[in-house]
Amino acid sequence: MLDLKKYNSVGEALRDALDTWPTEVCLIESDRGEEKQRLTYRNFKDNALPLAKALQDLGIGPGDRVAIIMTNQSKWLISAYAIFFRGATLVPLDFKLKSEEQWQLLKHSDAKVLITEYGIWRQLSASPGRSAATCLKTVIATEAPKDADVSGAERWENVKGANAPVFIAQGREDIACIVYSSGTGGTPKCCMMTHENYLEQCMALTSLYPFWPGVRYLSILPTNHAIDFMVGFFGPFTCGAAVVHLRTLRPEYVREAFPKYEITYVSLVPLVLKNLQKGLQARFDALPDAKRKALDAIRNINRALTKDRPRLWLSRKLLGEVHAAFGGKLEAIIVGGAFTEPQTLQFFYDLGIPVANGYGLTEAGTAVTVNDLKPFRADTVGKPLPGMEVQIRNADSDGIGEVAVRSKTVMAGYLNEPQLTDETIVDGWLRTGDMGRFDSTGHLQLFGRKKNMIVTEEGKNVYAEDVEQAFEGLHVKEFCVFAANFIWPQRSMVNEKLLLVIHLEHGQAFTPELKSEISTRNSRLINYKRVHGMVIYQEDFPLTASLKIKRSELAQRLAALDREQSILPI
Amino acid sequence: MCMRTIEQTTQEILELATMQFKVPAGSLAADDDFYKKLGIDSLQALEMLSRLENHFRIELPDYEVQGVSDFKTLAQRIQARL
Repeated sequence: MLDLKKYNSVGEALRDALDTWPTEVCLIESDRGEEKQRLTYRNFKDNALPLAKALQDLGIGPGDRVAIIMTNQSKWLISAYAIFFRGATLVPLDFKLKSEEQWQLLKHSDAKVLITEYGIWRQLSASPGRSAATCLKTVIATEAPKDADVSGAERWENVKGANAPVFIAQGREDIACIVYSSGTGGTPKCCMMTHENYLEQCMALTSLYPFWPGVRYLSILPTNHAIDFMVGFFGPFTCGAAVVHLRTLRPEYVREAFPKYEITYVSLVPLVLKNLQKGLQARFDALPDAKRKALDAIRNINRALTKDRPRLWLSRKLLGEVHAAFGGKLEAIIVGGAFTEPQTLQFFYDLGIPVANGYGLTEAGTAVTVNDLKPFRADTVGKPLPGMEVQIRNADSDGIGEVAVRSKTVMAGYLNEPQLTDETIVDGWLRTGDMGRFDSTGHLQLFGRKKNMIVTEEGKNVYAEDVEQAFEGLHVKEFCVFAANFIWPQRSMVNEKLLLVIHLEHGQAFTPELKSEISTRNSRLINYKRVHGMVIYQEDFPLTASLKIKRSELAQRLAALDREQSILPI
Repeated sequence: MCMRTIEQTTQEILELATMQFKVPAGSLAADDDFYKKLGIDSLQALEMLSRLENHFRIELPDYEVQGVSDFKTLAQRIQARL
């Protein structure tokens, strides 16, 4: 791999990568089982430079922000490289958000150019939010059909500058990306990530899970997500490896991709991993009795023989059929974005498929701890990565306290939020709001959160405050949304739920109409943002002088209620 | 080729979902939230999308179903591509 210590920016490292492995394949793109594109590093460069020149002709350079809203595909990475080549800042946005939310973030990020897919642009351009984002001067739309109306966008294929673009160098402290970790409600949480953050994170991760030419990484998590950006773009590219993109993530095509492309690594969110487990378990259960017993015995043997460390060659021999379904070359499944249950990790490890689980957050440059598999532990989130200092603050008698992190991978701060930044990074230490402790072997174990938020199994961070908008104007005296575990802390990272707490007007009855209104409003929310229960509180909410709800105080009062009895279904 | 009306499209989606998820005939309605009513997750919703693509002979990007949770809106998305 490239020696990243030598580089000052993501763009500089990528530029060298493209020249180091010109004939190696870097991208494979498949759509519904059919391979549509295969690019070498040289092809990638030939595609990206005309776009970089076009950005240059548009006046894009250092300090300018260029947003990408695309599904996982080659043009995502090509665009990102062109943006870095010009020394500009990349704003990767989630293609799954609603159009209004995307406009809100485009406005918040002050993006001048947006590169997106025609299908997404069709929805975006029809959304009323468009008028708010006056910062946006140019939209580039990929894959627009020949005769389609592109609503003021430029067609990707026409955006090509003549002659060579000028590469603009950036320093390690300059902002490479601004990444929305969550929140499209009141205050979007937007992390400013420096070039150093990415260079250091990449060195740390590849020291444990290396890439090399010939590795094929299957990109499933959205590339705007910090994990896929690192292990599905920057990591493999700086090692001469290849990334496989599927234009649809229907389970049948994902299954087919493993053997077809002999995938080496894949990243998944816990929900998908759990589904994979369910699917495999169902197939095992359907086996004739004798075969199932034989499989169980082999799994036990494999477990015993890999107790101290993975022995992939042995597991592949013992459990050949299972490994064949995964292509036979799988080194590890990387799981991230949310907490993974130990039994799921153990299930795969027993099959000889190590799952690299860990703990991280966008603010810390993604991964803070990762399981090094020496030996495999299902009950922890691993040890701190090289270069990470991790402390437990204000530990209780069980050693559990808030996890704090200091590292070169910690973000520069939140965009336009100096106060929030000062509260989050104190004396150089990032306060994560997550509760944990170290065991005697230096592994970190997690025990819930201090924050009023949840992380879904799909890896979505949802802040309770952001969900309140959906209930604005509800006919009650006052209401508030909380994460259930924020009110009643639980020493657990599973079953996180949001709750709607309402206080009725004096003499007001909780009518079926009110219940139905709450339920209707809730169902309008995107599924992972929905509240899962309701608490009817009988007293006035504590308020500040400016009549804002004192959330922490209200949570403390609610904590006196019995959790199980107080939560009503919606 | 005869064009379907939005009502026909919706009806066909409801029938396909009824068969795929083995729920009693007539138990699904256009306004139903399919995550809630069928008790499915986002991956299973993607599987449903594959069946719908084959049935209607169209190609729908995955994100067309992201954020959509009721059959009626899904039918509108499909209708726009027929």
